[in-house]
Amino acid sequence: MTSVAHQKLQNGSRAAVIFKDLVSRPSGAIGLSLVIFHVGLALISPFVVPFDYKLQNSALMLSQPDAIHWLGSDHLGRDVFSRTLMGGREALLVTGVATPLAVIWGGFVGILFGLVGGRVDEVLMRIVDAFLSLPWILKMLVLIVTFGTGIEVLIPTLAFFYGIPVIRIARAATHDVIARDFVWAAKARGHGRVSIIWRELLPNVLDTLMVEGAMRWSWMLLAFSSLSFLGFGVSPPTPDWGLMISDARGFMSFAPWGVIGPVIALSSLIIGINLTADALAKALGIDRAQKAPM
Amino acid sequence: MSKQPFISVKDLSVGYNSRSGETIEVLRNVSLDINRGESIGLVGESGSGKSTLALAAMGYFKRGLRALSGSAHFDEIDVLALDRDELQKIRGGRLALIPQNSGQSLTPTMRIGQQINEALRLHSKVGASQFQSRVIELLAQVRLPDPTALITRYPHELSGGQQQRVAIAMALAGEPDALLLDEPTTGLDVTTQAHILELLRELAQERNMAMLYVSHDLGAISRVCDRVVVMYAGEIVLTGTARQVLLAPRHPYAHGLLKSIPRLNQTSLPLALDGRPPMPGEAINGCAFADRCALVDEKCRTTPPDLHPIPSGENVRCFKSDMIADMPALNRKTGQRNSARSDVDSAALGLESLAISYEKKDWLSSLLTPGAKPQPATVDAINIRIQRGETLGLVGESGSGKSTILKAIAGLISPKEGVLTLHDNIILTPRVEDRPAPTLRQIQLIFQNPDDSLNPRHTVAQILAQPLRLYYSLSGSALHDASVDLLERVRLGAHYLDRLPSQLSGGEKQRVAIARAFAAEPEIVLCDEVTSALDVSVQAAVLDLLDDLKTQQGTTYIFVSHDLAVVKAISDRVAVLYQGRLCEIGPADAVYEAPFHPYTDVLLGAVLEPDPDIAPNLSADDVVELSPPAQGCCFQRRCPRKLGEICDKETPPVRELANGHIICCHVPASDL
Repeated sequence: MTSVAHQKLQNGSRAAVIFKDLVSRPSGAIGLSLVIFHVGLALISPFVVPFDYKLQNSALMLSQPDAIHWLGSDHLGRDVFSRTLMGGREALLVTGVATPLAVIWGGFVGILFGLVGGRVDEVLMRIVDAFLSLPWILKMLVLIVTFGTGIEVLIPTLAFFYGIPVIRIARAATHDVIARDFVWAAKARGHGRVSIIWRELLPNVLDTLMVEGAMRWSWMLLAFSSLSFLGFGVSPPTPDWGLMISDARGFMSFAPWGVIGPVIALSSLIIGINLTADALAKALGIDRAQKAPM
Repeated sequence: MSKQPFISVKDLSVGYNSRSGETIEVLRNVSLDINRGESIGLVGESGSGKSTLALAAMGYFKRGLRALSGSAHFDEIDVLALDRDELQKIRGGRLALIPQNSGQSLTPTMRIGQQINEALRLHSKVGASQFQSRVIELLAQVRLPDPTALITRYPHELSGGQQQRVAIAMALAGEPDALLLDEPTTGLDVTTQAHILELLRELAQERNMAMLYVSHDLGAISRVCDRVVVMYAGEIVLTGTARQVLLAPRHPYAHGLLKSIPRLNQTSLPLALDGRPPMPGEAINGCAFADRCALVDEKCRTTPPDLHPIPSGENVRCFKSDMIADMPALNRKTGQRNSARSDVDSAALGLESLAISYEKKDWLSSLLTPGAKPQPATVDAINIRIQRGETLGLVGESGSGKSTILKAIAGLISPKEGVLTLHDNIILTPRVEDRPAPTLRQIQLIFQNPDDSLNPRHTVAQILAQPLRLYYSLSGSALHDASVDLLERVRLGAHYLDRLPSQLSGGEKQRVAIARAFAAEPEIVLCDEVTSALDVSVQAAVLDLLDDLKTQQGTTYIFVSHDLAVVKAISDRVAVLYQGRLCEIGPADAVYEAPFHPYTDVLLGAVLEPDPDIAPNLSADDVVELSPPAQGCCFQRRCPRKLGEICDKETPPVRELANGHIICCHVPASDL
């Protein structure tokens, strides 16, 4: 088996090999296509939508899907199809910025805790645990209610709360790596602390952080949509899936088309991200299921 | 009884599908028969397919592998045709497997009695009411002391050897007719290993079992097996009785393999077997061993040899089996070790009353248990002066403090007491962070397992650049040239620079680790079990390389190993440690000959030679002690030569016999 891996590795850089492995897996190929589709759509949707997303038409209130309005219209007579196409823009923007921020700050703190070790680390981690045990929605609502809604509040809030679980992961990965002989070897040679972190530790923790980041992204999307659903996310009339579901929920019994579009869009994006994260973990070789003992 | 052998594998090929869709064979047309009461040893280098064959014989294939052709029968049952449930009935019951580290596979939270009960419930017909008595019987059968008390113990309360015995008892619970052993003693101490092998031998005879013993350790094979099967690159290349194969091998590979094993009665380095075996899937036109064989000719490269019987009784896959006995030296070098440059009497390193303790002074526990006596130090009273250009071997079982001493010298652990001096005049600060750069450069460390000591994300170039940048601030083409030079010195080429450790074989990885240590142009190199993770043939090559580098650079080595034969092959002086205390030190020849310290005697007695005529001499129990005794001699609890109270109470005297040979023992030297 190893020889095949060798030959594969020799045909390009590690990133290229991992990418090839990723797309060769069905879950990776499907997941990545879904994610690329959604991101692409978010970029071009303002130019391709058939109708203005905020154009109200009282004659068309809750009208059924037809040849002109493919997904019907909502309670204000707006075109659901156009709104669905554009409904992911805000969510992708906010989570797309907040996820890297979460991984960076969570990863940084986690690595720091892992390096410090001992009692200090134990005490700080119990604080992290306590924090994680609180329902996330409560914590987030407190901040949003205090500072108001809007991107400038949502991004740091989501980044902050979603960085906390990353601390755990980064710390555990750091603990694994610092016990290994190559770190001891660097220490014995007399390398400085910064050099050891940068050269020896980080490249080995990065894989785990990447997968964790992808997982956090999908959770964060769900959280963002939930906030919108509750009325704390995107403010109307900007289209957003969570908000659309919330608005159309009351009419679901006689006008279900208002919910179906955004639900499919949101779930396909989240499934896509999850599949990609899963395949990425396998491509990087950090998938636990594969490491099961004989 | 049946006509067919008890375990019968016929023309079995095993392979997997590569990503590109080809079928890659890892076993090619292998046949193996084992009768009841017979024990077969399966040997070969890692990757030769020996474990795959053993597992296939019980119908088990690792993920992705499958049988391509051939058959495997167990007591006339076709195991390849059975489904999962039917196989499960046989495995663990009539056919038991004891894998490597099986002692560690015991469930830590279950008592020993419960674990064996479970095996009885699943795999035997014993009624629940008889479990208790049967468990005691089984524990007695594997020669564990006081079985009744043992039932209520947890695995962590047992030593490694005892855990392994419990695992064997569990395998015996189903009254197996056949036992498959996959490296069952690898990772155990020499004395423990010797005891376990004796037990297996006796059990196989008592119970008339068929036994298949997979190992790379020919010494272990020679103790338990009647017949030996040698595998190379997925094929069987030689089968014969243990005596035939081990004493007069009729295949050049087996011949080379045996020559590469260091032995106690040799003073020189073992001969290395050059090259590496072909990878699975690599095209082989003729004999798979042709590239490494000294007898190779045109026919070997074009025609694959068959496994055929020869007049003396063995089966050989070689055209020239009659030429092996008077074969030219297979190897590049004569294997003569370069001796130390003893002309200059200057110390490279001095250890003065070194003591190391892992115990931390904890205010909480000292508050809770006031007046508690501190534990005796892990390493204590070590006085060794190492000459320039000398190789000092440190031997002892696990827990003897060998690696701890190396870590203290490298500055990774601070000693509790004592002084470390470099060149008699520089005092080494305990912590590596406080040492000045020139001192750091002079002491380099090589680790046991290169998989762990090389950063998996760094290419060979990046690995070598670390010390070159740090100590010599090299960059650009100077860095490149220095790296290539280093690779050439460890007999690798410039084309290795861009590879990652995962693209190298075990031996190549260890060479890169050695190159990294020598990048610093060190004066002292600390070698921590550097060959124990390697195959024997690779081990010989690495020892040879270390010896060559020493000749070129005049390096001083401190060589830690649990393998007494390896230490003898490479060392000028040898120190024997037990529980972190020095038992004996002296020139290698003197230490390996009488008079011995009793512990040295026990260790040497347990060494297994790949020779069925040399039986180990087991004089002490294989008990593992967790901490050294508070007073008296460190070896008092296991010593077969114990005098009495004096050994318990008084620290043994340091007696210098002759020529720097020191033995620390109360027994007069003339009696040792």
